[in-house]
Amino acid sequence: MEQKTNGFMGWIDARFPATETWEKHLAKYYTPKNFNFWYFFGSLAFMVLVIQILSGVFLTMFYKPDTALAFQSVEMGIMRDVEWGWLIRYFHSTGASAFFIVIYLHMFRALLYGSYKKPRELIWIFGMLIFLALMAEGFMGYLLPWGQMSFWGAQVIINLVSAIPFVGEDLGIWVRGDFVIGDATLNRFFSLHVAAIPLILVALIFVHIVALHAVGSNNPDGVEIKKNKDENGVPKDGIPFHPYYSVKDIVGVIVFLIFFSIVVFFMPEMFGYFIEHANFEPANPLKTPEHIAPVWYFTPYYSVLRAVPSIAGSAFPGVIAMGASIVVLFFLPWLDRNPVKSIRYRAGWYKILLALFVVAFVILGILGTLSPTDGRTLLAQICTVYYFAFFLLMPIYTKFEKNKPVPERVTMK
Amino acid sequence: MSTDAVDNSKRRMLVAATSVIGAVGAGFVAVPFVKSWNPSARALAAGAPVLADISKLEEGQMITVEWRGKPVYILKRTDDNLKVLNSEVDMLADVNSDMSKQPEYCKNPARAYEEYTKISVMEGVCTHLGCAPKYVPDLNNPFAGSLGSDWKGGFFCPCHGSVYDLSGRVYKSMPAPTNLPIPPHVFKSDTVILIGQDGSNA
Repeated sequence: MEQKTNGFMGWIDARFPATETWEKHLAKYYTPKNFNFWYFFGSLAFMVLVIQILSGVFLTMFYKPDTALAFQSVEMGIMRDVEWGWLIRYFHSTGASAFFIVIYLHMFRALLYGSYKKPRELIWIFGMLIFLALMAEGFMGYLLPWGQMSFWGAQVIINLVSAIPFVGEDLGIWVRGDFVIGDATLNRFFSLHVAAIPLILVALIFVHIVALHAVGSNNPDGVEIKKNKDENGVPKDGIPFHPYYSVKDIVGVIVFLIFFSIVVFFMPEMFGYFIEHANFEPANPLKTPEHIAPVWYFTPYYSVLRAVPSIAGSAFPGVIAMGASIVVLFFLPWLDRNPVKSIRYRAGWYKILLALFVVAFVILGILGTLSPTDGRTLLAQICTVYYFAFFLLMPIYTKFEKNKPVPERVTMK
Repeated sequence: MSTDAVDNSKRRMLVAATSVIGAVGAGFVAVPFVKSWNPSARALAAGAPVLADISKLEEGQMITVEWRGKPVYILKRTDDNLKVLNSEVDMLADVNSDMSKQPEYCKNPARAYEEYTKISVMEGVCTHLGCAPKYVPDLNNPFAGSLGSDWKGGFFCPCHGSVYDLSGRVYKSMPAPTNLPIPPHVFKSDTVILIGQDGSNA
């Protein structure tokens, strides 16, 4: 092995690829020079992960996973008795919602600039798996405070499992470990939330980034910078991630932390969206809250579930539709047949379709927080149809797109 | 033994055999982990039948007892209620409870024992997504608002708006697909019900 470093680093590098790794992933990882603000959300997601792990480790020190003690240990112990416990909890609860805001924007960035397209299909799929793991993490974490909404939200979601024909009933009992959501359920969710799923998340993030660094980052022009290299093999439109983007991302971090702090200090419940009001009452299996809504980041899929009427006495079709609304995203790289990546060079009407998709998704999200009426159900059904049509008709309509000419090199607009 | 030629087909066979045995072993090891999620002996014992005393239950009143952690409604209906159960059935989705869960001895309009038609025992678990429907006996009730002025009494689920009649039979075009389930139960005497034990041989 060729020795490039001397002294202390030379000693290390002969035993561990420290300099090599540093250069490959940071100092000589060439990133397109035309990143805009949409490219903050990857590094922000990583920072939120760090916030969640740090605050989560400390919450675990004071939390008691026992149906008789859980609510007390959160609302009395952490929120009142533990010094600064309230702040650590609000970091964690706000961080959960922030994670989804950042991830949704990160995913939308991929939609805008075609970051899921060849050769980045696996980055997208790993990302989708991260999204799934994150949803599981959020769902299980929400049970832990053992408030009314913790209990009844979990009740609704676990009953989705029970809607599966033939095996559903037994599967539901297996997931709960009891005939009802109880101590057994709380303990296993705690274990999964603090150990199993975080490990899976970290592993998935690792492969997400390994795949990204193998093929290189996309950019707002959707131009492959590796096609234009100088005599040293460095992409002409690339700049090293460190220090250029490591420093630029600090700007994103600061802006993010401003908003994060405003929520943590002044509106930690976010008017009942980040922590629902019913969750300040301990779980009571014999008393259903007046209105059950999942936390905001699940509401679009919950709306899809409710939009599908039960068929032949089974709520299963709705469950299928809800699952399909997420599964369809995995196939996005193959549904979109347009070779042009960036929305900048795609047809004007595709921009309208994408904008309408965002509108439909947001409407579904809002409807999911409200109790259903006939009008709202109809609206949810229209949005659900559009959601699926946008993806499933993609192989057809993307073939008819009239693209604009894609530049050879990145532009600096 | 020959040192030069590698027998690739033998190697493949050995790799395949080792992998299969390994996978079978992993499958066996998975069993205890998967089984550990089943209800524990303690949870199973807690799922045993419970006694309910209805000696103080007046007509039109409902009590809730807990069985397997689920609310079980015991409702004593009036004579008027019982008439409604037989006459007003056009709006019901599953009038004869063909698609619903109940013991055979409760598959009738009252969904109750012939000897105790007034007493309805049902699980207060909406068949949509498991919320507890509210008992709305008449229009003098906070939940009666959306139920119309000809409301004859029944149940209303506050989660997604499913409506049931006084036998727990679901109305048409509701999120809930079927009638409220009736748990197995048996009358130990006129005033004591054992919930969770099947009454078909009693």
